[in-house]
Amino acid sequence: MPACPLLSGLAMPQISEPLSPAAAKPRFAHRHLLGIEGLKAPEIATILDLADAYVAQNRQPQKKSDRLKGRTVMNLFFENSTRTQMSFELAAKRMSADVVNMSVSSSSIKKGETLIDTAMTLNAMHPDAIVIRHSESGAVKLLSEKVNAAVLNAGDGAHEHPTQALLDALTIRRRKGALAGLTVAICGDVAHSRVARSNILLLHVMGARVRVVAPPTLLPAAIDRFGVEVATDMRSGLQGVDIVMMLRLQLERMQGSFVPSIREYFHFFGLTRDKLSHAKPDALIMHPGPMNRGVEIDSELADDIDRSVIREQVEMGVAVRMACLDLLMEYREAAGE
Amino acid sequence: MSNGRVAYLNARLIDPATGLDVMGALLTEDERIVDFGPHLFRGGAPSVGKSVDCKGLCLAPGLIDMRVQICEPGEEHKETIESAGRAALAGGVTAMVALPGTTPPIDDVSVLEFVARRAREKALAKVYCYGAITKNLEGREMTEFGLMLEAGAVAFADAGHCVADAVVLKRALEYGGVFGALLVQHPEEPTLARGGLATQGELAARLGLAGIPPQAEVIQIERDLRLLEMAGGRLHFSRVTTLDGLAAIRAAKRRGLKVTCDTAPHYFALNETAIGDYRTFAKVSPPLRGETDRQALIEGIKDGTVDAIASDHAPQDQDSKRLPFASAAFGVIGVETLLPLVLELVHNGHLSMTEALAKVTLRPAELLKLPGGRLKKGAPADLVLFDPDIPWVIQEDALLSKSKNSAFGGRPVQGKARMTVVDGRILFREGV
Repeated sequence: MPACPLLSGLAMPQISEPLSPAAAKPRFAHRHLLGIEGLKAPEIATILDLADAYVAQNRQPQKKSDRLKGRTVMNLFFENSTRTQMSFELAAKRMSADVVNMSVSSSSIKKGETLIDTAMTLNAMHPDAIVIRHSESGAVKLLSEKVNAAVLNAGDGAHEHPTQALLDALTIRRRKGALAGLTVAICGDVAHSRVARSNILLLHVMGARVRVVAPPTLLPAAIDRFGVEVATDMRSGLQGVDIVMMLRLQLERMQGSFVPSIREYFHFFGLTRDKLSHAKPDALIMHPGPMNRGVEIDSELADDIDRSVIREQVEMGVAVRMACLDLLMEYREAAGE
Repeated sequence: MSNGRVAYLNARLIDPATGLDVMGALLTEDERIVDFGPHLFRGGAPSVGKSVDCKGLCLAPGLIDMRVQICEPGEEHKETIESAGRAALAGGVTAMVALPGTTPPIDDVSVLEFVARRAREKALAKVYCYGAITKNLEGREMTEFGLMLEAGAVAFADAGHCVADAVVLKRALEYGGVFGALLVQHPEEPTLARGGLATQGELAARLGLAGIPPQAEVIQIERDLRLLEMAGGRLHFSRVTTLDGLAAIRAAKRRGLKVTCDTAPHYFALNETAIGDYRTFAKVSPPLRGETDRQALIEGIKDGTVDAIASDHAPQDQDSKRLPFASAAFGVIGVETLLPLVLELVHNGHLSMTEALAKVTLRPAELLKLPGGRLKKGAPADLVLFDPDIPWVIQEDALLSKSKNSAFGGRPVQGKARMTVVDGRILFREGV
């Protein structure tokens, strides 16, 4: 990882100290982080600035701060995700929070408890933050209405995955200096992707142009109302873009129901060096992971250190989640909670 | 391939693309048409190459039969690429479009390439292929449209099956739209058609045969037109047979939808009475219709609602047809009798010669984006020389198909191919 020239010239935002009760206005005026929708450009910039500072902290031998000491963070994953859960867990632990993880396999949901009852039960244990992933769109918002804790959406159905969009934005900003003015191609299964929805929202707010590239079976209906350019051919879709963001295609969707087969998908929509040659020469490749090598992306390309920032995205993920937890706790501190 | 130059002299040149119908001559060189017209060789036959005296007969683009079951691979006892190819040439058909209902079905590149290779080896009438819309023709998962198109598939069809699942058809239209693929639907609502043998009505009732309501056609067409409107893409209905179905397609075309359709000769040349006496050779899918529908079909052909006519060639051996009506297989052969049956529409005053030929040459070529189907300098020299008027009687046993299940045995017709030319090579010649 080369030293980031962009950081050196910038005034480093300070990692927050706990606010005293009824102190200054919080920098991020939201109780929860449920989605990118509704966030304004300065708020997103605040998160990214703070995350930049945490990137630096995470690269130190001594990674731990007391920022969330005494706070309890619950990771509530109704849908399996090792990577995201670990990223959130690490983020909270680096700030000295107490972290508990609950995944569906060990939960009482299996015993027939309703979602809301689960929320009420957990709420009675006084968590300060709950990180929730759920397979149904809107489920995280529903839970947020029933608990006192700050809720972080770690992905709800095909709706939003705000921390993924934020870590993508941080990765891009550190490499390209800014988001405004860039053209970003989001390629693949946009229809089922919460990553795509959050990214489209964020990139628009930050002044980037978005182009989605996919066969129509993998585009949501009314995609023309999303304010994006639409291409159904990779070569024209990647023409002149700064960023190529590949999406994961789930196995069950590539065997005839949405696309005919893996080999046909890779042939026409997989990212290869030839297709990438239509993008700008310095275009970056991103992927939210986990990758299907040989399905949506050529294996060699995924490992190309000049073009692929896929590993960097994972690093940014921890920092962004630390920044989000920090700012949501700041909000609680300001509210005296 | 080098065939040198061949001059076709003293011919009635007919080109459906331009409406040309004039006495003149045509010159081919190797596999291409290089020149034609009323003035060509006015001063006498050319000194170089061969010449053919056409004796005033019609010289037109070779027929393109856009629905042929070739049965190879899998049912070579019923038909092969070679036997179908010879039957086609004898009928003036220079290109067949093979349906994917083979065993295994043409639902991936490897089977497509097998058929293409066999056709190249036999080098008779050209063979193009449909790919299946769904894997194993099961109506569930779509096939590799993109890869099959790159391998030469001209369109997609689930052979004689209806893609019944609305989501599957919608996604196939959307996905196929990326490649400009034409999807060919069998317009018959399958639950209404289930178990049916004949068109529901008095005749089927008296014969005691399970009926299929003719509305099964329009119900499917109307649903699919809604899907087309929603999903985009290009949709073609094969074997349209009813007044209501035609009306729905006519209206959709007026609305600007990208919809086309074809029919087969037995639907305009026969009606349901042909199955009287349980004649299994007239058992087809969809079933032969009543007289009102037959006449409506002729109107549809005349006004352009029906874009193309295909034989829907479906060879069945004796074991499959010499059975009680319910047990007998569906289908009739037809590649060899397509030309005289289409010419009936001319002799009966329904269509002009160029209009009739367009349905079996130009229009199929346009629908499937094939290079032939017209007289044009530089176009492939795929030609038929035919006598439009000569009377003859169709005899099943004299047909060249391996299976003899024609619905038209004993029928007097007018018009016959005399010479068939594929890529400049004269592959069939009789009586000239």
